[in-house]
Amino acid sequence: MATLGRACLLLALAVSIYGIAASLYGARTGRREWVRSGRRAVYALAGVLTIAFGIVEAAFLRDDFAFDVVASHSSTTTPAFYKATAAWSSQEGSLLLWVWLLALWSSLILWAVRRRARQVQPYATAVLLGFAAFFAGLAFLLADPFATSSPAPAEGSGLNPLLRHPSMMIHPPMLYSGYTLFTVPFAFAVGALIVRRLDAEWIAVTRRFALAAWFALGVGILLGARWSYVELGWGGYWGWDPVENASLLPWLTGTAFLHSVMIQEKRGMLKVWNVSLVLATGILAILGTFLVRSGILDSIHAFGASTLGRPFLVLIAVLIGGSIALVISRRRDLRSEHRLDSLMSREAVFLLNNLVLVGLAFVVFWGTFFPLISEAVTGTRASVGPPWFDRYTVPLALVLVLLAGVGPVIAWRRATPRNLWRGFRLPLGALGAMLAAGLATGLGDRPTSLGMFCLAAFVLAAVAQEFGRGALARRAMTRETLPVALVSLVRRNRRRYGGYLVHAGMAVLFVGVAASSAFQANRDVRLAPGQSTRVGGYDVTYARATTGLEGEKVTLGAVLDVRRDGRRVATLRPDRGYYPSSDPSLGPVARYFDGQATSEVGLKAGLRRDLWMAVEPDVQALEPFVREADRRFRDAGADLQGFLIAAIAERYRTRPEPATFRIIVSPLVSWIWIGALIVIAGALVAIWPPPAASRRREASAYARRLARELGRA
Amino acid sequence: MQFLLVLVVLAAVVALVSAPLRARHADAPEPGDDDLPALEAAKEAKYREIRDAELDRRTGKLSEEDWRSLDAQLRAEAMEILRSIDAAETG
Repeated sequence: MATLGRACLLLALAVSIYGIAASLYGARTGRREWVRSGRRAVYALAGVLTIAFGIVEAAFLRDDFAFDVVASHSSTTTPAFYKATAAWSSQEGSLLLWVWLLALWSSLILWAVRRRARQVQPYATAVLLGFAAFFAGLAFLLADPFATSSPAPAEGSGLNPLLRHPSMMIHPPMLYSGYTLFTVPFAFAVGALIVRRLDAEWIAVTRRFALAAWFALGVGILLGARWSYVELGWGGYWGWDPVENASLLPWLTGTAFLHSVMIQEKRGMLKVWNVSLVLATGILAILGTFLVRSGILDSIHAFGASTLGRPFLVLIAVLIGGSIALVISRRRDLRSEHRLDSLMSREAVFLLNNLVLVGLAFVVFWGTFFPLISEAVTGTRASVGPPWFDRYTVPLALVLVLLAGVGPVIAWRRATPRNLWRGFRLPLGALGAMLAAGLATGLGDRPTSLGMFCLAAFVLAAVAQEFGRGALARRAMTRETLPVALVSLVRRNRRRYGGYLVHAGMAVLFVGVAASSAFQANRDVRLAPGQSTRVGGYDVTYARATTGLEGEKVTLGAVLDVRRDGRRVATLRPDRGYYPSSDPSLGPVARYFDGQATSEVGLKAGLRRDLWMAVEPDVQALEPFVREADRRFRDAGADLQGFLIAAIAERYRTRPEPATFRIIVSPLVSWIWIGALIVIAGALVAIWPPPAASRRREASAYARRLARELGRA
Repeated sequence: MQFLLVLVVLAAVVALVSAPLRARHADAPEPGDDDLPALEAAKEAKYREIRDAELDRRTGKLSEEDWRSLDAQLRAEAMEILRSIDAAETG
């Protein structure tokens, strides 16, 4: 099937180039049949790439090691679930996934808006197909997923153990969906600039898709954070890693765009800003892909250096140069239709929110690329760590949370002092109450955390007030019961109230971040069985060692007894799994302990705090036994090898050496995930299409208008 | 076998993308400048603004007096857009 797959890739490249030509020709001549043919090229692209991706997936599931990509990223012992996800752990598979998702989303969106933005659409189609041609070309020429070897190896190298986590099934496709969906508003913005149709139409067409991109990228980032927390064994959820940062950059500028675009829709203002934001977001999405795939910056998420850096750099240079040239050449068409009426208005708050978000993006960009910048200037690669990021992002995050509370309460255009007082007295009361409670409980020596708690209370009170007042107003108008009025209110104003829910979720999430960062107790300690240590008020005892043989890995772990004030609160079982190395120079037993290892943390999550524990067994102590087994049974078969491993593991269990433990007691971490779920719920409310009833009303209104106008004719 | 499958995929792609070009009645060239979609988008945005202002009044963000003035202004802007739509439709 490799031949068919490779043919599909070539066809994808050809159909992309044809679609670009057809769309541009149709746009220049006004011949709609060529525009339609160009759009159909996108559908065809989705079709051939679905076949290509299906062939790669089938090869992984069938253990077809004739495919080089399967041999180097899977094995017969890899669980079936992870065989399905192994495709995108490879360079080749992930590029194919990127362009496949681009083709699917582009097809769906171009079909949905086929009767709208007719002048802009052909150019947007050409831009989307341009991205597709680039990635299909890369896959075809530089990272071929259909490369084969003959004879096929009998066994593959296996999947990187760090990637064996359920969230890896969804995390990369969600991230890539976010990246590829952000290219859609980018493409429509380029089209709008080319044909000088810079009114609200292109925004109305792409707004929902920009929101979907923001949502998908946000879920991808969240899953990455969760994976980091439970799989990487360092106890954190965000490490300011370059690849994490790269996904955050378009999310931040996308968030700014989703706010400022409302000002253009309502007031015809900020056109240059909006178009620049959406162009920057699209470019940052490509930059994010580049960082993951090029290996240019050291990251636990980047999978080795590659030859893709140069083509990506050329693409990014073209995108930046082209975007700047387009915006400058269309500056007259981008003039604002109105001016800001007052600094006390929602427009002004949105503007400030945009500045803070772009400021955050700039800080993250600078810190991420500092190694390259420093190398270019001084010749020495230096990097900045989490404390540098925290110094700048924490104050900006505080301002952002404050604005998340101010925005929903303040009116558009102009707010009067009396209305401001009426709107803000409850949120300010909540802020004051939280401040008093914080000071009374001794939080005064942690001003940043206390500030975040107070601002979160302010946001939650503001959002609750908005829901409450809206529901009461609707109840007064319709005589519905309060719950029904609340649901109706949200159904009729999804974007507004979905957005408010997102604000509330972000406030909750930041409470979790502030509390877990400032009040975490942690300790790295070496314990022998029976020994105890005290961390954050908890007594942790290393009760006994554990071992296990599961599939292709051997695990060495520990049972930890956790007590507080003498009462048992948890029994945790962290372990470390050792996967065999494929290095043939190692002995049959040593290769188990010299390969890659992953941590399974012991976690007791709770609403008040998480108890998080990881173990690092002392495998050095087993080395004499391993060397002896390798010396005596160098040519051991699989059965004997399994027996030897089991014997060594059993020795570890019965006569364990002291092990090193990382123990973390972290308050309110669960609220990060709960806040994220609220954000997801809010985003879904805002994205969800209008209810069928309103669509029916709209259709019947059109029908009445049509009948009226036909009657007139 | 694979070669046959490649030909089938190729034929399907060619049939799909060339269908609009093979249609008997090619479309007439598009008019050069059609303002209607943009005006419709502007009208929808203005209607949304009017509804938002109404909700702001009901939830206490706007006083009755401020809302009356804003609503009158927004309705005047909406009527201007409707006039432009009519002009574009008839012109």
